[in-house]
Amino acid sequence: MAGPPFEIFEHTADAGVIARGATLAETFANAARGMYAIMVGLDGVRETEVREIEATGDDRESLLVHWLLELLFLTDTEGLVFRRFEVEINDGSLRGRAYGEPLDAERHEPGCAVKAVTRHMLEVAPENSGFRARVLFYL
Amino acid sequence: MANPWRKVLQRIDAYRWELPADYKPGMRVPARIYADEALLDIAGEEQAIEQAANVATLPGIVWRSLAMPDIHWGYGFPIGGVAAMRLDDGVVSPGGVGFDINCGTRLLATNLTVADVQPRIEELADRLFSEVPAGLGGTGPLRVSDAELDSLMVKGSPWMVERGYGWPEDLEATESHGCLPGARPGVVSSRARQRGHAQLGTLGAGNHFLEVQALDAVYDRQAATRFGLGEPGQVLVFFHCGSRGFGHQVCQDYLDVMEAAARKYGIDLPDKQLACAPIRSDEGGRYLAAMASAANFAWANRQLITHWVRRSFEMVFGRPAQDLGMNLVYDVAHNIAKIEKHRFEGRTVDLCVHRKGATRAFPAGHPDVPERYRDVGQPALIPGDMGRYSFLTIGLPQAMEETWGSTCHGAGRVQSRHAARRALKGADIFKRLAAMGITVRCHNKGALAEEASEAYKDVANVVEVLEHAGIARRVARMRPLAVIKG
Repeated sequence: MAGPPFEIFEHTADAGVIARGATLAETFANAARGMYAIMVGLDGVRETEVREIEATGDDRESLLVHWLLELLFLTDTEGLVFRRFEVEINDGSLRGRAYGEPLDAERHEPGCAVKAVTRHMLEVAPENSGFRARVLFYL
Repeated sequence: MANPWRKVLQRIDAYRWELPADYKPGMRVPARIYADEALLDIAGEEQAIEQAANVATLPGIVWRSLAMPDIHWGYGFPIGGVAAMRLDDGVVSPGGVGFDINCGTRLLATNLTVADVQPRIEELADRLFSEVPAGLGGTGPLRVSDAELDSLMVKGSPWMVERGYGWPEDLEATESHGCLPGARPGVVSSRARQRGHAQLGTLGAGNHFLEVQALDAVYDRQAATRFGLGEPGQVLVFFHCGSRGFGHQVCQDYLDVMEAAARKYGIDLPDKQLACAPIRSDEGGRYLAAMASAANFAWANRQLITHWVRRSFEMVFGRPAQDLGMNLVYDVAHNIAKIEKHRFEGRTVDLCVHRKGATRAFPAGHPDVPERYRDVGQPALIPGDMGRYSFLTIGLPQAMEETWGSTCHGAGRVQSRHAARRALKGADIFKRLAAMGITVRCHNKGALAEEASEAYKDVANVVEVLEHAGIARRVARMRPLAVIKG
């Protein structure tokens, strides 16, 4: 894999993630880490909760959007932030596990709230012997 | 300037510019930009003007694709864009409304002065900060059942007022009386509902804020008096928020629906994020009904926050909010699509007006202006950045001729968040604001630099352009005393 597991980039008022991985599943897990790195300092997050996630999509790009949206949904409704992800992808459907804990304003280093996953600049493509994904968030 | 539009942009006068309809293939009408030379340069740094030209290609668009002086790049439509479509052959696009459906602003009066409030400003800021949930993961204390949420989506602000969260006269001072007709809970996903349940009555994060302000300058005494504004030094409360995760999810859900719809109806789009459907189609109708549900959620949200603001003042000053003169001056949306009646080519027509980062500003005499304001016009609230000032403006008759009764919505960002942080590295924003007499309460202290004055255009320049263009006039300017942020 050439390049870090994920990098954060800025786009006008918003921010996005470029994620890489040896497999599509690993790339998607890294994209999720990047999304939470925008919201909260990942190092301070403990793994006291785990959630199972399923997502589907017509193509790799929409699968990535739906996976990240499922996580955002858990953040909005249960107040959870995550730091580690396990992902399996088979025939366009994804099963994942997210490990984290409830957001704690005292202990966590707050970043920007991600409000939505956009389709602007959205791209999932093979790179070297793995994959590279780019996704932009509405903050 | 490498921008291709530079060569063809026509100057109409010092504040109006147009890209003719032959600028790019598919444009049905010209694109008009309201700006002076300096703001045009800023708008030209991103693709915002190209986006205004893209909007001009959408089916059913009439007159012009309009861009306000605070125009900046957005998803599909530029932020600061206004576009009206015919109902019979026109389209509706979630990209023309934005993710934060019915994001808007609200201004409350008080009869207190800076001298009354300043000695207790820290206590007041603490109280507001604890009463009004804000920031990442902020959840609201008001829990509603599924059936109640359905009813709230249909009714909007009146739902809150009926339950004691506000005063009946608040509704007159709210755009559309705080209720957009046509909401249908059945077309809202369960994901949107659940995000709504958690976030009802919360301010949110990013550029959303609540400020205690002082009236700073009055430009139009007659209109100011009508709105309940007296002398400089009067204390006001201004806040900015929308439909929270509920609206974000509705937009997200319908972007998928519209992408498929655009293919189904053979609509050729220069940018996929302009995805849209005919207003008269099943998809278009469902989006409008879901959008109305989210708009009503936003109005209910701002109404509930109003209740907590009044309660905070009551606790700090030990008097009922009525005695403190905490009337709602006005509540206005700046991310919405509405079916409105307008005069066009000598006839009265129904149009679907998209306002994305643009504020309705109906002039004196318009039937949708509250009766008690009708002889002066509808207040259009224009927030600035937290270190400078905000404006109260009113629409002028020319706005009905040119912009479907619309004006700008704010300052508009000129620096990315990261650039703002980098430029202000080491500077203590808290100290700087304190030195200016501004108290700050903020969940995300690290991000405060992102919202500093340097990151935004000077909102005064933006409102001046519209005043010179005869679209909206300044009535009053307010400066912050205390800023509450997510």
